[in-house]
Amino acid sequence: MLKVNDINVYYGSIHAVKGVSFEVNEGEIVTLIGANGAGKSTILNSVAGLLKTKTGSIEFKEKSLLGTAPHLIVSKGLAMCPEGRRIFLQMTVEENLEMGGYTRKSDEADASLIDVFDRFPRLKERRRQQAGTLSGGEQQMLAIGRALMSKPELLMLDEPSMGLAPILVDQIFSIVKELNDAGTTILLVEQNARMALSIADRGYVLETGKIVTSASAKALLNDDAVRKAYLGG
Amino acid sequence: MDFILHLINGISLGSIYAIIALGYTMVYGIAKMLNFAHGDVIMVGGYISFVVTANLGLPPAVAIVAAVAVCTALGVIIEKLAYKPLRAAPSLAVLITAIGVSYFLQNAALLIWSSNPKSYSSMFSFEPLRLFNNRLSITSVTIVTVVTGIVVMAALTLIISKTKMGKAMRAVSEDKDAAQLMGIGVNKTISITFAIGSGLAAIAGVLLASAYPIIMPTMGSMPGIKAFTAAVFGGIGSVPGAMLGGILLGVIEIIGRAYISSELSDAIVFSVLIIVLLVKPTGLLGKKINEKV
Repeated sequence: MLKVNDINVYYGSIHAVKGVSFEVNEGEIVTLIGANGAGKSTILNSVAGLLKTKTGSIEFKEKSLLGTAPHLIVSKGLAMCPEGRRIFLQMTVEENLEMGGYTRKSDEADASLIDVFDRFPRLKERRRQQAGTLSGGEQQMLAIGRALMSKPELLMLDEPSMGLAPILVDQIFSIVKELNDAGTTILLVEQNARMALSIADRGYVLETGKIVTSASAKALLNDDAVRKAYLGG
Repeated sequence: MDFILHLINGISLGSIYAIIALGYTMVYGIAKMLNFAHGDVIMVGGYISFVVTANLGLPPAVAIVAAVAVCTALGVIIEKLAYKPLRAAPSLAVLITAIGVSYFLQNAALLIWSSNPKSYSSMFSFEPLRLFNNRLSITSVTIVTVVTGIVVMAALTLIISKTKMGKAMRAVSEDKDAAQLMGIGVNKTISITFAIGSGLAAIAGVLLASAYPIIMPTMGSMPGIKAFTAAVFGGIGSVPGAMLGGILLGVIEIIGRAYISSELSDAIVFSVLIIVLLVKPTGLLGKKINEKV
């Protein structure tokens, strides 16, 4: 479904992503794991069109995404829930969700709003509240709900567990699993490698801008080098 | 009775400031730039309405529509040609460009209409409203200005809070990247913002020239600066702040002129601004901005 081939991304003169290739097949949960600064978010931002790649190709459903303006990508069925949630703090919960459905016809967006409220009853209770007043976990649910409003075929999640209490991390990951079971393909970027691998089908390990290992999630969980570096031994 | 008259005149002048300040604050909120050419768009609005009535002999309603249409287009064109190429440039470059556009518009007006002030006949010439046995007489321009101010502010508030376009504008002003991820076109949103702001500037130009019936190429500078002050006073980036700041500034200016000193009225206005900013640096209704790290 998503094919990334040999992309290089620079921040000024810093070579942040070095010849990375990977793919996500329909129905999978694929995770990119690695330390802070390994280039995980840079890769997602490149796929979403927010960053330009210098070389290589990015194809989604067999069509190139390169050169597509970021705001035109979401309507192709590819949504991203960015790092740090980036919800609109000064808008209400419902307005945030409406923005998530910005590219869709109003009746379709209304139907998605009902789905999102079914999945996240908390958001329904707080629909008229300013998003900035929500707790961290609720904000993350809003960020995911907002991305779901475009009814994506592929959902990219960037560090959904960041800054959340362990109980909420469990909850977020089980939501991600549920979304996948319901048919959404997932590309997940995480520092919490153990959690990410526990729900993923396959994983790629990034180190300083390069993919060093790729395997099934099960194999990575049992890989000695990976255990030592990312899973605490 | 005098006081009430001054107050009404202050609200009227303040409505004009508020309408101009809305353009400043919306553009600042969304494009994060100070559009110092905004005041000169007011001047263009004044001249276009003048040409349509005095030179072409058409009715005032046509003149107003023409002024709004020309200024809306002008605002969009200025943004496309002068500011859009600088989207990623440092803010100082954009600021200097805006000052350059301001000089360009003033000098273009000098070329076309010469530096001689022209006397403008008010677009609104019905009988003044007389109250309390003729002890209080409110001119037609004042009435139209206040009513227009109310209508503009109500309409804009409604657009920004209720329509999809208005919500998208708020989303872009809060987080451009996140807005793009939602599928909101940032360039289009910025264009729309400039269109609305410049259309409002045209309305302000017609009201201003009707109230102070002399037009010249530099007529937009002072109201532009005052309205910018009003926007900062209310909290730049905040729409209700621009409205409140504009009205308060107009009232302070007229009351100050009437009761303290006509020479010092501008000094009083700017002193109040300084005091407000000392006490509350974000302006009256300004939001605390958390810098992203």
